[in-house]
Amino acid sequence: MDFSFSEEQQLLRESLARYVEREYTFEKRRAIQRSAEGFSHEVWSAFAEMGLLGLTTPEEYGGYGGSAVDTLVVSQVLGSGLVVEPYLASVVLGTGLVARAGSTAQKESLLPAAARGELLLTLAHAEPDSRYELAEVATSARRQGNQFVLQGHKAVVPWGAQADRLIVSARTAGGPRDAQGISLFVIERGMKGVGARDYRTIDGQRAAEVKLDDVLVGADAVLGPLDGALPLLEAIADVGAAALCAEAVGVMETLNAQTLEYIKTRQQFGQPIGRFQVLQHRAVDMFIHLEQSKSIALLAAVRADSADAAERRRAVSAAKAHLGRSGRAVTQMAIQLHGGMGVTDELPASHYAKRLTMIDFHLGDADFHVERFVADARG
Amino acid sequence: MDLAYTAEEAAFRDEVRDFVTANLPADIARKVLEHRRLEKSDYARWQDILAKQGWLAGHWPVEHGGCGWTPVQNHIFDEETAAAGAPRLIPFGLNMVAPVIMAYGSPWQKEHYLSRIRTNHDWWCQGYSEPGSGSDLASLKTRAVRDGDHYLVNGQKTWTTLAQYADMIFCLVRTDTTVKKQEGISFLLIDMHSPGITVRPIVTLDEEHEVNEVFFEDVKVPVANLVGEEGKGWTYAKYLLGHERTGIAGVGASKRELDTLKHIAKIQRKNGRPLGDDPGFAARMAQVEIDLLALEMTVMRVLASRGKAPGPEASILKIKGTEIQQALTELMMEALGPYALPFRPEAMTLDTEDELVGPDYAAPLAARYFNYRKVTIYGGSNEIQRNIIAQMVLGL
Repeated sequence: MDFSFSEEQQLLRESLARYVEREYTFEKRRAIQRSAEGFSHEVWSAFAEMGLLGLTTPEEYGGYGGSAVDTLVVSQVLGSGLVVEPYLASVVLGTGLVARAGSTAQKESLLPAAARGELLLTLAHAEPDSRYELAEVATSARRQGNQFVLQGHKAVVPWGAQADRLIVSARTAGGPRDAQGISLFVIERGMKGVGARDYRTIDGQRAAEVKLDDVLVGADAVLGPLDGALPLLEAIADVGAAALCAEAVGVMETLNAQTLEYIKTRQQFGQPIGRFQVLQHRAVDMFIHLEQSKSIALLAAVRADSADAAERRRAVSAAKAHLGRSGRAVTQMAIQLHGGMGVTDELPASHYAKRLTMIDFHLGDADFHVERFVADARG
Repeated sequence: MDLAYTAEEAAFRDEVRDFVTANLPADIARKVLEHRRLEKSDYARWQDILAKQGWLAGHWPVEHGGCGWTPVQNHIFDEETAAAGAPRLIPFGLNMVAPVIMAYGSPWQKEHYLSRIRTNHDWWCQGYSEPGSGSDLASLKTRAVRDGDHYLVNGQKTWTTLAQYADMIFCLVRTDTTVKKQEGISFLLIDMHSPGITVRPIVTLDEEHEVNEVFFEDVKVPVANLVGEEGKGWTYAKYLLGHERTGIAGVGASKRELDTLKHIAKIQRKNGRPLGDDPGFAARMAQVEIDLLALEMTVMRVLASRGKAPGPEASILKIKGTEIQQALTELMMEALGPYALPFRPEAMTLDTEDELVGPDYAAPLAARYFNYRKVTIYGGSNEIQRNIIAQMVLGL
C-alpha cells in the first residue's frame, strides 16, 4: 500500500498551486465571474501550457495519458483556489468521453484542439425531470436517412453556452427510462436549431438550458455505441464524480483554514473566540470531516478508472455521498463560526461555502449515491 | 498511489486466516459472533493459543520477544481475528503497559513483566481513573509514600475494567503533593494479590460486571516496581496514550458487526419484506458503512505515514471509531423492533436451558446498545479527544 504521490504528481500540484496562488486572486476571480463569458481565456491558455488540459488525453492525441489520480491532484488544487474555469466539463467529462469512445476521426478533430485549449467541450445530459438518473433520457434522435434529427431540452448544462462542442445524450430507441437505446452525439453549439440560454450558477460558474429543435446531424456525430451509451455515461459520470470529490476536498481544506484563522483572530469577551470550547469542538468536527473526506476521495480516485464497474461504483458512490454530507456539515459550521461575516459577499469564505454546497448537486447528490450504493449491494 | 496490499502482506493475511480457522475454538467464536458473555477462561484460552504460536505480542519488536510486525501486518491480524469472531485481546498488558515498560522500564521490569505478558501469564488492569478524577486525570489523589525499599499506597481507583481477573495493575499515584499536579505523579506496577487491595464490582446498566472499584489500604509496593523516575508518571501516561493506537479505531470488529447487522436486517420483517429492503433503514445502514469505509482508509493513511507521532491522529480514530461502533449497536437494537424489550441476562451464556424470547440473536442487542455508550466515554472521552485535536493540531 502506498499513499504517496509520484514525483510528477507532486510537481504538477506545486506548479499549479503556485500559479493559482499568484495569479488567481479572489479579486481576479470576481472579475472573471462578471465577464461576458464567465471564464478567462488567459487562465485557460495558462492551463493548456501547464499541460492540464491534456492531462488525461492519450499521448497519441497530444496529451499525457494521465489517470484519475492525476485528475484528483489537479481538481484538489482547483478547489483550493476556487477556480471557476470549466475543467470538469471540458477536460474530465468532455475529453474523457471522446478519449474513451470516440472514433479515430473524432479523436483527431477534437482531442488535440481541446488539449491546446482551443476547443471547449461539455456534456449535455441532464433533463428537466431526470434529476441525477443517467438512464432517464427523453431527448430524441430520430433517424432520417443517413442522418439524425435531435429534439429535446437539456437542463443545467455546465458551460452549455460557452462550449464549442456539446456531447448530447439522446434516445435512439426505447422508452424514457430504458437502459437500452441511449446514444451520444457531438454537436456544434452554433448549429441550426441549437439554443443555449446562459445563466450564472450560485457557486460562481455558468450553465445553460439547451434546447434542441430539429437539429440535423450526420452519422459521424455519433459518439460511442449506438443505442448502448449508458455504460459509457455511467463510467464517465463516476470519473467526474471522483473529480468533484477531490475538488470538494480542496475547497473544504481552504474553507477550514479560513475558519480556523478567523476564530483565532476574532476577539470577543476580551479574547479570541477560538478559546471557547464549544467553537473548538466545532472546528475539530470540521477537521475530522476533512480527514475522512480526504480518505474516501482518494479511494474514489483510485477506483474511478477501474475496469471492474462494481468496484468503481461502490467507491465513487461512497465518496460522493460522504462528500455531500460532510460538505454540507462543514459549510454550515464554517458560516456559523464566521458569524455575520459568514453571510457576506465580501468574504471569500462564503464563496467557498457556496461551491462546496453546490458540488453535491452535480452528478448525483448524497441521497442518490446512498441509494445506488444500497441497490448495487443488493444486486 | 497504490491501495493494494503487497504480496507479502497478502500472504501474511492467508497465514493468519488459516491459523485462526484451524485454532480459534468454535464455542468462543460463537459467543463473540452472537454477543454472548465471555468468561475469563474464554479470553485466557484464546490468548494462550496465540502465545503458543508466538503471536500474542506479534506487533512487539523482536528484541522484546515479538515478531516485529509492521503496523499494516498488525492491522491485518486485527481484521482477520475480528472477522472470525476471536475475542479482543485484553489490551492493558499487551498494548498499554508494555510499551511504557519497553521505553522507560528497568532491565528487571523488562525481563520479568514483558515475558509474562507475552506468554499470557499475567492479566493486567489499568489504575488511572478515580472517583474525583475522570477527565481531569492529573488531579488524582491515590497516594504513594516512600518507606525504605517500598511505597505505601493508599487510595481508590475506579472504572477498572476486569480488575476481578487481574494479577497486576499499573497505577498513576501521587508521590509528591508539593509540586504542580502533573509533576507529582508516578507510575507504579502493583501486584493485585497484595494485602490491602479490595476489588468491589460496579454493575453497569446492562447488569453486567465488567468494571470495578479498587481500594488500596496500606499496600506495600517494592520500589523496584516504580517505572522510570519518580514524578515522571504523567509523561509516561501521555506516551502510553500516543502509542500504537491505530487499533482503537476498531475497524476489524466494526466490519464484522456491520455484517451481523446486515444479516439481522435480512431476517427481520417490515411490511412483509426484509427490513434491509426498507429504503430508510437501508440508507442508514449504508451511511454507517460509508463512514466505516472512510475510516478504514484514514487508518491506512495513518499506518502509511509511519514515523510521525500517532497522538493527534489517534484521537480522530478514537472519535470516529467509537461513533461508528455506537451507530452499529443502535441500528442492531432498532432492527429488533419490540423484541428489543425483553431483558434476559440468563440468555447471555451459551449453555442456557432457558427458552429464548424472540429471534435467537435478539437477547443481547439492547443490553449491548446501552453497554456501548461507554465507548465514547472511556479511554479519554470523545470531548477530551476533541480538546487534544484542538490544541495539538489546530493550535487553538
